[in-house]
Amino acid sequence: MAASNHLPIDTIHKTIIFDDVAIAFEDQVVLDGISFELKRGETKVLFGVAGSGKSTILKLALGLMKPDRGHIYVLGHDVTTMTEEELFDLRNQVGIVFQESALFDSFTVRENVAFRLMEEKLPEDEIEKRVREALSFVELEHTMDMLPSELSGGMRRRVGIARAIITHPEVLLYDSPTGGLDPITSTTIIELIMKQRDVYKTSALLVTHRLQDGFTLATHRYDPEAKHMVPLDGAVSRDVHTSFLILRDGKVIFDGTAVDLGHIENAYIREYIS
Amino acid sequence: MELLSPTAIAKKNALAVQEYAHLSARSIANLFRRPLYLADIIQQADLIGVGSLPIVVLTGTFTGMVLALNTSATLQQFGSLSLTGQLVSVSMVRELGPVLTSLMVAGRNASGMASELGSMQVTEQIDAMRALGTDPYKKLVTPRVTSTVFMMFFLTIISDLVGLVGGYIISFLLLGLDTFQYWNSAYQALKYNDVITGLIKPLFFGFIIATVGCYYGLSTRGGTQGVGRSTTQAVVAASVLILAVDVVLTKLLLSFA
Ligand SMILES: Nc1ncnc2c1ncn2[C@@H]1O[C@H](COP(=O)(O)OP(=O)(O)OP(=O)(O)O)[C@@H](O)[C@H]1O
Ligand SMILES: [Mg+2]
Repeated sequence: MAASNHLPIDTIHKTIIFDDVAIAFEDQVVLDGISFELKRGETKVLFGVAGSGKSTILKLALGLMKPDRGHIYVLGHDVTTMTEEELFDLRNQVGIVFQESALFDSFTVRENVAFRLMEEKLPEDEIEKRVREALSFVELEHTMDMLPSELSGGMRRRVGIARAIITHPEVLLYDSPTGGLDPITSTTIIELIMKQRDVYKTSALLVTHRLQDGFTLATHRYDPEAKHMVPLDGAVSRDVHTSFLILRDGKVIFDGTAVDLGHIENAYIREYIS
Repeated sequence: MELLSPTAIAKKNALAVQEYAHLSARSIANLFRRPLYLADIIQQADLIGVGSLPIVVLTGTFTGMVLALNTSATLQQFGSLSLTGQLVSVSMVRELGPVLTSLMVAGRNASGMASELGSMQVTEQIDAMRALGTDPYKKLVTPRVTSTVFMMFFLTIISDLVGLVGGYIISFLLLGLDTFQYWNSAYQALKYNDVITGLIKPLFFGFIIATVGCYYGLSTRGGTQGVGRSTTQAVVAASVLILAVDVVLTKLLLSFA
């Protein structure tokens, strides 16, 4: 599946391509030959035990760190060979929600969400309008003038999502957006991610520890009229917009749809999804 | 504390020097690249300049007073007490104004920068900034370097002035010198080279303070403990570097006298 073999890279249908990527920290090998593709409009759910390298994959995709081996293509650009200066432009088309939110703690919620727009020097009223829009998307309009330290963990995650989506990026990377949250807040967040997928047709990588998040995404769609998610009618297999990827010991041990996952015999995977 | 072989330590230090040099070069290069974060520069200038003013005024005044007291004891033996103003002004302007001001600002702002950027580093805010398409060197480092250099210049002038006033207070009240005598000898003593030396030094020291502070901040590893470590190291490194560069600069600038 070496992408480099069939240049030019298929960027019409593929937004992210990992081609034999490996990285080690000191002597610990974290990723060892990872290859996968993210199709346009698809949300790929990444599973793996703690420390299996899920967050590392997202950081690599943004060029925040460089792999020891392999190539990573994002929207047709090989991020492994780009300079930091060139990466800044590409990163404007990709949104990321960090595992610990990583909000700027000396900025208000408004300034956090508006960060990109302020950097682009958009007019004040335009910024105001879009911040409101993004915050209402995550139902947090009332927190505008608060500082991140005054918010709960779940609210911070949602502000993180608002900050990531405000420019409507083509690709979104969510790092454990439901980690450590109650089921109700988690569902709200999954619904937001589904809305991005179904309304804005964004491609996304979603890291999560909750298998349920993946299955909810695979079995529901967002209904813009009803303004909430509804179960997909008919077979799950109809939904091709959600796929699963499982990491173990630095390798991809599963990459496919929810239906494929149900048919897998591998003992580790069976245990993982049970 | 892990044990490292001498070669490993040498390698680590060489790498650190290389990274520091890289940061310093980038902070200057960014001055010529868009965007220039003017609002951030002004905010930092306020924080560094206005914020350091009280401490600089206090140290300057006390240093001037102590200089007057110490030199007068010696001068009295030779019956040349009237030279007090001269000694205070030359020491203050050439050496103590720039050095003491930068040591104070290093203690206050190199530590502040290291802890601020360090916390941002360990909470992934630096990564978040890069991910949002903004260069932390442009947005965080360059404004700090620019405003520290700029502000050190003025803080040093203020320190020199209040030092002279401090010396005057002692001379007038305790030594019984008259006002004209003091200020006249203070003014007459200063040569062109003294003034130039005294004004060039703070530019270098300001650059050291900000780049060292930012370097330790951005290279912070290991949580809150790491932030504490960076903060301390930044002050120590900045202070030592200031004194070392002071020797070199003094030698160099003397050769132009
Ligand atoms: N900057 C780094 N320096 C050193 N080691 C690192 C670094 N980043 C990650 N690691 C190591 O890489 C491994 C994978 O980390 P990563 O954060 O990607 O895991 P993860 O799958 O996201 O785990 P979790 O589910 O707990 O979030 C871990 O063992 C971690 O110790
Ligand atoms: Mg993680």
